[in-house]
Amino acid sequence: MRLLLDAFSMAAIVAGAFFYLAGTVGLLRFPDAYTRLHALTKADNLGLVLLVIGLLPQVDSVLMGLKLLLVWLLVMLSSAAVAQLIARSVRRGEGPR
Amino acid sequence: MTTLVSVVVVLLLLWLALWTVVARDAFLAVAGFVVYGLLLSLVWVRLAGIDVALTEAAIGGGLTGALLLGAVGRLRGTEAGTDAESAAAGTRAVAALLAVGVTAALAWGVLMLPDPAPTLAPQVVPVLPATGVANPITGVLLAFRALDTLLEAIVLVIALIGVWSFAPDRAWGCRPGARYQADPDGILAYLARLLPPIGIVIGLYLFWAGADHPGGKFQAATILAAMWMLVQMAGLADTPRIDHRGLRAGIVIGPLAFVAVGVLGLRSAGAFLAYPEGWAKPLIVVIEVALLPTLTLVLALLMNGPPSRGGVR
Repeated sequence: MRLLLDAFSMAAIVAGAFFYLAGTVGLLRFPDAYTRLHALTKADNLGLVLLVIGLLPQVDSVLMGLKLLLVWLLVMLSSAAVAQLIARSVRRGEGPR
Repeated sequence: MTTLVSVVVVLLLLWLALWTVVARDAFLAVAGFVVYGLLLSLVWVRLAGIDVALTEAAIGGGLTGALLLGAVGRLRGTEAGTDAESAAAGTRAVAALLAVGVTAALAWGVLMLPDPAPTLAPQVVPVLPATGVANPITGVLLAFRALDTLLEAIVLVIALIGVWSFAPDRAWGCRPGARYQADPDGILAYLARLLPPIGIVIGLYLFWAGADHPGGKFQAATILAAMWMLVQMAGLADTPRIDHRGLRAGIVIGPLAFVAVGVLGLRSAGAFLAYPEGWAKPLIVVIEVALLPTLTLVLALLMNGPPSRGGVR
């Protein structure tokens, strides 16, 4: 059982790291601010949820698991909101088209 | 494997530091500085200094970064002029020599440290339970080095007075900073309504956990100040008038309570800032509770800047 959980954690964390990598490649390669934001927020959110799912079987207490979930929710909230704000300020900088 | 990660992080840090120094654009330099602070807090985590890591992320990366960003905003107009200037060769040579000299002196100092480094930790650990605080960092900061912590709090208040002293006469006593306008139905206003309740709970949790676990008043105050800034930036609340009596009382209460406890120690335990037998924990809690509003207000008001909006009082 322990082995199975460890294998599950490993797989989820590696998958999460892969999505972070994909998001970073997108940030470096995509042509403009909107597509870069798209790559970062989408891929990083997916990467983070995979990391959290991967870490959940490894926690010692329920409280620790709840803290991990809270971190996940807060990062989701802030990255979604900040992506909106950045996109808005980029659009304002470009002016009406 | 872990050594490899450490080496990569150190190289990244050095590269970021260099990049931050040579960046011509002030905004990019600040962005580099913030990332540098976050990476540095990772290094502290690896060195098992969780308290330092939290402080570095909150104050070093977050708050200082935000302060510097504010400065960049104010300097926008002058940047083109400074970029056009270039120093004479002599000045550059002296600056380079000075920088290399400081680096060399620091490197020499670090390399010359005796191994193992001199430490008072073995003497401190057995007496730590007497303070009633399980987190050694809090214990040392508020029992063995309480004077340092007191001076730190006073320095912050003096820094705020320094910032306020830049106020023009007509604005004295008025509100600092700009009145932010934001779409009341926008995402920022939404975030500013949703996040503060959570942030206040997390801030107070960090504050309370500081007695036994990593955390404490500085990290908590940064989070609380950030929540206040968020509400201000979303246009939901204005910055406070700096002649508000309650505000000023909140600013000085921390150092005043600290000094009062110190004088009490002079009378009851024979030395300034000494705690009478068995009273260490309650007095430390009193100091911490009094310092929290001071730190929160000072950090937020430092971000607000000098009072600038003059007119009718």
